Amino acid sequence: MSVVTAPAPAPTGRPVSRMESLLRARELGIALVIVIVFGLTTLNNHSFAQVASIQQLLSGAALIALLGVGETLVIVTRNVDLSVGSVVGLSAYIVGDLFKHHQGMPVLLGFVIAIAVGAAIGAINGLVTTVARVPSLVVTLAMLYIVRGVDGVLVNGTTIDPSSIPAAFTAVGYQTLFGIPWLAIIVVVVVAAAGYAMRSFRSSRDLYAIGSNPDAAALAGIPAARRVFTAFLISGALAGLAGALFLALHAQIDVSGGTGYELTVVAAVVVGGVAIFGGSGTVLGAALGALLLNTINQALVASRVSSFWNGAIAGALLLAAIAFDRWLSLRVARSLQSAEGAHRDL
Amino acid sequence: MATRTPVPTSQNVGESRAHSLWRGLLRWESALVLVLIGVVIFGSSQTPNFLNPTNFFYAGLNMGEIAIMALPLTLIIMTGEMDLSVASMLGLSGALMGELFSNGWPIWLAIAAALVVGALGGALNGVLVARVGLPSIAVTIGTLALFRGIALILLAPRTITGFPASLTTIGVVPIPGTEVAYSAAIFLVMAVITGVILHATPLGRSIFAIGLQPEAAQFAGIRVNRIKFCLYVVSGLVCAFAGILLTLKNASVSYDAGTGLELNVVAIVLFGGVSIFGGRGTIIGVVLSVAIVGALQQALTQMNIQPEVQNIVLGVLLLISVVIPNSGEAIAHIRDRARRRA
Repeated sequence: MSVVTAPAPAPTGRPVSRMESLLRARELGIALVIVIVFGLTTLNNHSFAQVASIQQLLSGAALIALLGVGETLVIVTRNVDLSVGSVVGLSAYIVGDLFKHHQGMPVLLGFVIAIAVGAAIGAINGLVTTVARVPSLVVTLAMLYIVRGVDGVLVNGTTIDPSSIPAAFTAVGYQTLFGIPWLAIIVVVVVAAAGYAMRSFRSSRDLYAIGSNPDAAALAGIPAARRVFTAFLISGALAGLAGALFLALHAQIDVSGGTGYELTVVAAVVVGGVAIFGGSGTVLGAALGALLLNTINQALVASRVSSFWNGAIAGALLLAAIAFDRWLSLRVARSLQSAEGAHRDL
Repeated sequence: MATRTPVPTSQNVGESRAHSLWRGLLRWESALVLVLIGVVIFGSSQTPNFLNPTNFFYAGLNMGEIAIMALPLTLIIMTGEMDLSVASMLGLSGALMGELFSNGWPIWLAIAAALVVGALGGALNGVLVARVGLPSIAVTIGTLALFRGIALILLAPRTITGFPASLTTIGVVPIPGTEVAYSAAIFLVMAVITGVILHATPLGRSIFAIGLQPEAAQFAGIRVNRIKFCLYVVSGLVCAFAGILLTLKNASVSYDAGTGLELNVVAIVLFGGVSIFGGRGTIIGVVLSVAIVGALQQALTQMNIQPEVQNIVLGVLLLISVVIPNSGEAIAHIRDRARRRA
């Protein structure tokens, strides 16, 4: 390709922009599916479009979307973080326990501590993965057990109930600003910030390079270990934040908080178009994936389809999303090939 | 089994020479034997009569289904793929068997139907992974939700009981004349079969080859996709069988039987020294891993230690199992970087 005499930007510029537009269409596609599901359900059951129902829709998706942001950073680098569910449980309990024993603790401090707990675990994940050079799936699977075990020892069969959590803290879980739940606002801010960073910052673009081709990234001088470490750190910190929000939303916490979230998050991220083997996908897509899964769950409830169908439909949908992804990437590859061929002909 | 030589590939010839000494002295399996001895000594010192046969029966009873599901998963991971749907298939098979039985089907017919559905579910995974070429982690997270979802549709909030006592006895008594639980005995027989297939047949060599270099295996005439497809079918079938065993053992079934077990099964396989990237591992390692986890659980339970601590122990063991074998390489890498900087 490099021997083509045409100006350099033309051959590389065109296919990339086409691919980008297709990827953008992917997010648009998910948004469209959300709107269609929402519309069809509303036709069936008018109360689905009520403000309270929409608020519930957003709040319900918020935690998974938040975890999805961190998971996206990690998966883009061709790693995975399975410890997020346990981190949610542990950080939520630690904050709840602090509120119980130190009445009058500032609400903001609760959030800071939760984020710190998550970041510490994320740092362990990142360090072990990058320094010992072992697969992150195994490391974070081990951390899933260890963190849940530590959580269980701390909780020791107790439950933190709403009476010991300050009202100002739980308010974050149910209050709204101009009708938008605070939970959703926080998540939108995080998604917007992360989305901007992932598009514009060189260090974030490095994450994509590492995920597309680790060897090439290393040869290009990208500090892969540092970048992967940072991705795990952020994923942990966001999982810690999600723990605080979990506590605010449910106003109580026992040993089971956040159990099984890890696979839901991975499912949402994959539905959102993030490639499981790294290198592509956006934070916005992941968040929309979480919203789509939750919209479908709520739509089934609103359509009075027995809630027993939720799991099976979510599973079938995930399979469809993965298959669609494959079809799309094949199309992109073909269009790139034909674009390349066209250049040769010129 | 110790004589297996890694298939040399252009990439790892130099690497394997540097590591062969390391590996010969410090095979993961020999480390596992030491850990097992350590656990038994620990258990005996902490609880009276740890080595009593009843303990052995309960350890076998507790580990049976997980251990059985670990065998086909070992082969799948060995080819570089993953199956996270194992525990959901276990749940679906139990739910289907319970539903059919409660509708008046003869128990043997219900069991046969559950096995057929297991093979079909495995075939679904296999088609999506091997034929369509989708990433197996994502596919099996999807079927994890799908299978569990179908189990929920079948049974909803009901719990089915009343299975024939002649079968549910496997959860109460060991095989007559021994202290071996039925599920443990079935696991051991299956482990021998799997071990022979993996370590002594062309199929087993093909599985190693696929895990090391799928493209090279393809060009060497190995039917990579067919083998992967068959492994998923076998996995579905075996997990359905484990679901039947679990249902009979508990003498009852609800849709959520075995929820979340998939990660336990994966942890056991990886702790047994099977590489998550495929191409490396032994059945002996997996059997030792099952024995260690079973013995440890029994010891900690007898010491009245919270189950949560068992989680910590399992996690730490898993972490050690990947960090230690890799530490040689990691240290070499760090030294290399330090030298380059100097």
